Amino acid sequence: MLYFIIQRMLQSVLVMLVVAAISFALFSYVGDPIEAMTGEDDPIELKQQLRASLGLDQPIPIQFARFVGNAVQGDFGVSYRARQPVMQLIAERFPATMELVFVASLIALFVGIPAGIYTALRRDSPVSYALQTGSLIGISMPTFLTGILLILVFSVWLKVLPSFGRGETVDIGWWSTGFLTVSGLKSLILPSITLGLFSTTLIMRLVRTEMLEVMRTDYIKFARARGLRDRSINFRHAFKNTLVPVVTITGMQVGSLIAFAIITETVFQWPGLGLLFIQAVGNVDIPVMAAYLVLTALMFVVINLAVDILYFFIDPRLRADRAVASGATT
Amino acid sequence: MQRDQQPRSDAAAPPILEVRNLVVAFHGLAGTLRALDDVSFSIAPGEILGVVGESGAGKSLTGAAVIGLLERPGRIDGGEILLAGRRIDNLPHAQMRKVRGREIGAIFQDPLTSLNPLLTVGEQLTETIATHLALSAKAARARAVELLAEVGIPAPANRIDDYPHHFSGGMRQRVVIALALCANPKLVIADEPTTALDVSVQAQILELIRRLGREHGTAVMLITHDMGVIAETADRVAVMYAGRVAEIGPTREIIETPHHPYTVGLMGSVPVIGEDAEDLVQIDGSMPRLNAIPPGCAFNPRCGEVMGRCLSQRPGLMPAGRSQAACWLMDTVTGDAA
Ligand SMILES: Nc1ncnc2c1ncn2[C@@H]1O[C@H](COP(=O)(O)OP(=O)(O)O)[C@@H](O)[C@H]1O
Ligand code: SF4
Ligand SMILES: [Mg+2]
Repeated sequence: MLYFIIQRMLQSVLVMLVVAAISFALFSYVGDPIEAMTGEDDPIELKQQLRASLGLDQPIPIQFARFVGNAVQGDFGVSYRARQPVMQLIAERFPATMELVFVASLIALFVGIPAGIYTALRRDSPVSYALQTGSLIGISMPTFLTGILLILVFSVWLKVLPSFGRGETVDIGWWSTGFLTVSGLKSLILPSITLGLFSTTLIMRLVRTEMLEVMRTDYIKFARARGLRDRSINFRHAFKNTLVPVVTITGMQVGSLIAFAIITETVFQWPGLGLLFIQAVGNVDIPVMAAYLVLTALMFVVINLAVDILYFFIDPRLRADRAVASGATT
Repeated sequence: MQRDQQPRSDAAAPPILEVRNLVVAFHGLAGTLRALDDVSFSIAPGEILGVVGESGAGKSLTGAAVIGLLERPGRIDGGEILLAGRRIDNLPHAQMRKVRGREIGAIFQDPLTSLNPLLTVGEQLTETIATHLALSAKAARARAVELLAEVGIPAPANRIDDYPHHFSGGMRQRVVIALALCANPKLVIADEPTTALDVSVQAQILELIRRLGREHGTAVMLITHDMGVIAETADRVAVMYAGRVAEIGPTREIIETPHHPYTVGLMGSVPVIGEDAEDLVQIDGSMPRLNAIPPGCAFNPRCGEVMGRCLSQRPGLMPAGRSQAACWLMDTVTGDAA
């Protein structure tokens, strides 16, 4: 198992290097930052001075090595636009996105999984039909439309929830949280529903399909024939056997929640990484864009690693195959 | 009290399982299909009843109806099922659940797919034991080890914490049998228990099933399409055709002197254990689909001895030698004799 984890970690490092290379390439292929930072009238000397101070006069491989070396230490340089260290900008925005993604993931899991199990077990109940129909809407509605509709209903018509921003936040060290104030919590509701809706419906439909599949297997029929209790059959035997695909998709969904936060943050003017990224794109602020890409990729990689490790706890056949494989080689 | 000391005749011993005039139908959009039509048989304590017939004859459905696991849209439309004299076909879900596993055990065809891959065999055994018997966790585990030993798993105390994939196919079928025996059921329904196994393993599993009846007095309903398995194992045989019992009687009688023309055809070749009985059937034509069962005797399109009344009147089971057969030929014989 250790061997497997090390192998996956090496793969992850490789993925991160590729992403770093792509981010780095942005610097050389998306316009000249010096032109963007200076006016047409500025003297050549100033431009060259700036170029040297940003290290842009060095050969490409050296620049890349330095980029990676700095990135590993959390240094992505200085924002072209804000003239602040990129990491500082990111640190300011990071908690907003993480809290949004966290709540959206909770919704996706704690609504999606029970709804999936329920619709699989009570296939013919009216509630199941309603959930199935609702999930079709959830899965086909674009995120920005969900957000705008929610704002229309709850902010404009009912005037019960704020339509933008995080509300009041409380700083705990460098982390600013919206969980501790009423306005912070109220502000989280609409964006997290908007962000989580698609994943919720996707997870619900997946769990339902997998449950129905498992319910048809021989070992479930045999469990019934042994007179085991319904609760045990449904959860201990059936649901547990859906976990491998469910964990896989859930992991991917949490990753994509981070990515799709861009749209939700734009609709709700949520001061998170996504909004920062959109602004950076508008300003051709390459260091910020590069840092965003690398960070997002890092989170994907970490989630995937966690999913791979979870497989071992779920499925004994994987553990055994490893044991056999390592037993055969040693 | 004195009566107890007298030797009981077969007829006096109450059967463990009695199925009377069972009708199972599928209610679909296209109408109703009768998959089992007026099926009756019984199994005595310690007796092994073989149920044979071509694929689709209704063997598995009969087993599923007895254990209360018919899948929608199938349901019991008539008749009754009695277990040790108590009606079980109309029990509410919660009570029938307690009959399953406790009083009726089941063994399915494919040992590779019958066990939950994510739980150890010990977990599956102890859960089943604890569901039906009031035993402590420790006692349940001890019983699980005992059961594994009884079905012939070597070093059961070491194997109990293994996962199903650690066992070979034959060993897994032994685990399946142990699971069926957790609560010492009165009746075991074994649906094609050896079909998925190697020939060499088949005989061992059959011996294990025979031992159930001998040592525990368990009644066994042994479903198979393999006459070789029947000849080897069963005390009596029910031959099924198109959802009906064509003939039922002692195994030797069925094999040596079959009465129903279908059984006669089925016995056309001497079966060898392990060979597929279907390949040996030498009757022209095939069993009708459920929506095309002819009126009268279901076998009439393929029968060489078909008579006028066979086309309109359905024959019930009639005495035929030491067996009973659902065939009008028997009526002439007995009618003349009476
Ligand atoms: N869900 C269903 N709907 C309609 N017919 C079914 C269904 N399930 C089984 N049957 C029919 O019931 C009959 C008996 O099947 P089965 O008991 O499995 O046969 P076998 O003797 O091979 O075990 C078959 O003709 C089959 O087509
Ligand atoms: S009842 Fe008639 S058709 Fe049916 S098996 Fe007997 S002789 Fe043949
Ligand atoms: Mg069958």
